[in-house]
Amino acid sequence: MTDAVTTTGTQVPLKGFVGEVLAGLSDAVTAVEQCDERRGMARIDPERVVEVAERMFALDGSRLATCTGLDVRDGIDVLYHWAIEPPGVVITLKALAAGPDLTLDSIANVLPAANWIEREMHDLLGANFRNHPDMRRLILDDSWPEGVHPLRKDFDQVRDRPPLPPVPPAPEQEGQV
Amino acid sequence: MSHKTLINIGPFHPLQEEAEFFQLYVEGERVVDMDVRISYNHRGIEKLDESKTFDQVPFVVERVCGICSASHPLAYIQAVEDIAHVQVPERALYLRTIVNELERIHSHLLWVGLGGHFLGYNTVFMWAWKYREPILDALEVSTGSRVNYANCKIGGVRRDMTDEQLADIDRICAEAFGPIEMLTHAVIDDPVLHARLKGVGVLTKADARAYGANGPTGRGSGLAIDVRRDDPYAAYDRIDWEMMVQDSGDVFAKAAVRLLETLEAIKIIRQCVKDIPGGEIDAKVEHIPPGEAIGHVEAPRGETFHYVRSDGSNYPVRHKVRAPSYVNVPTFKASCIGSEIADVAITLASVDPCYSCTERMCTAVDADSGKPMYDFAELVRLSQAKTERIRKQV
Repeated sequence: MTDAVTTTGTQVPLKGFVGEVLAGLSDAVTAVEQCDERRGMARIDPERVVEVAERMFALDGSRLATCTGLDVRDGIDVLYHWAIEPPGVVITLKALAAGPDLTLDSIANVLPAANWIEREMHDLLGANFRNHPDMRRLILDDSWPEGVHPLRKDFDQVRDRPPLPPVPPAPEQEGQV
Repeated sequence: MSHKTLINIGPFHPLQEEAEFFQLYVEGERVVDMDVRISYNHRGIEKLDESKTFDQVPFVVERVCGICSASHPLAYIQAVEDIAHVQVPERALYLRTIVNELERIHSHLLWVGLGGHFLGYNTVFMWAWKYREPILDALEVSTGSRVNYANCKIGGVRRDMTDEQLADIDRICAEAFGPIEMLTHAVIDDPVLHARLKGVGVLTKADARAYGANGPTGRGSGLAIDVRRDDPYAAYDRIDWEMMVQDSGDVFAKAAVRLLETLEAIKIIRQCVKDIPGGEIDAKVEHIPPGEAIGHVEAPRGETFHYVRSDGSNYPVRHKVRAPSYVNVPTFKASCIGSEIADVAITLASVDPCYSCTERMCTAVDADSGKPMYDFAELVRLSQAKTERIRKQV
């Protein structure tokens, strides 16, 4: 387990282009953690991720670069990395998928770019995404046991490694005695 | 009633460098739906990095991809330098630019060669790979290796280049410019290739943006984005260069973007060699404070994106890697559906999917009839046959 959700830096002043974008989301933003010329980081209301994604995608030149899932004490922290080009800034919006069901709404229905990464976070970290259009496994093999998430902090690569699936019997060769 | 046929490509096939499993649903000659399954060779690099020190991680991440082996470490290193507020020496920035652009030339030439092969242009394959060889030599002379250069470190670069080495790189680039320019014109002005590639595998600008496509795949669809220009790193803001954008979104546009970028990369390297300042190459970073940051770099295939979080110890708490193919591969869903089977091989190849280089063999069998179906080699043969038909008509 890493440290809890960051709450420092709530007094960061909003300035420049990043500040304008974050100010535009101010009703959904609960804390601003970084606001520089080229980078921004803010925590958003986890109930409103879909609405925030729609508003971010409506900005000129924005795209979802990817998401990062973080195993933190209170759940899985999901970081949405938005690039806006020009002027070439990256704004990270954080939403906590809190326990016990670790669930956020899926943004893949409004944004195909999030489809794979949400499946990946589901496989590797056990975060759940409500209303995802296609929540099949992406990274883990079909034989991997349910409920074992290899990117969690308490997963040990040696101790917790599941046994290999049984090898199917070889087909009988013709002419074999 | 329409009859749907299922075509499997992969997961293991000698013509596919990596294990990826595409399933095409076909009616007659037309692709009506497709599905893709990845991650047959997932190596767990993100988990592995949590047990490596900050200095060891660059050597792990440069093995994410053999061809992007300068871009991945640089993206990670820029994120760490952002956390530690490091001022990298000027000379190191220029050296990073040189290695990254040499990598772009060899990656793009490799793709042009393979694309030529898929279309039945084996001369293009021979030419492109021949011109690529001196570039690899230049990398070997200056960094010690043809791939996995281990050239970057947190705070600068690991190895300086002598004046002779820089002059050698300049000479190799100057000599490569003419032949690559010839190759570019041979491809862009070829009437058969126009007929074969224009309008094939079109990815619209809106689709490219929705899927988050970037790099030559995005720029071929009119998305004017390039990390080197938008969020400059290394020495790109000190150099005079142009971003290549084509609007049509077809395979031809992506090929043109890559070829023109190759010429642009040569210009960038030659300016770097001319302008490179003297001085230190390493800022000597001793401690990484707690914090989190992202770093991104324009790799040959698009933006490679890294997120690093530090808790003040010697090990990263979390390191997220997103390679460009992760966002470019799903665009097949937008570009392949509706196209002919003969165009699938080159459309799949047109995003230059980044492979982890495992070659194994398997036969695809139709689930209903039990008969062997098309495999990727068969699709390449279909693609080459279509070019041949067009060549006879032109």
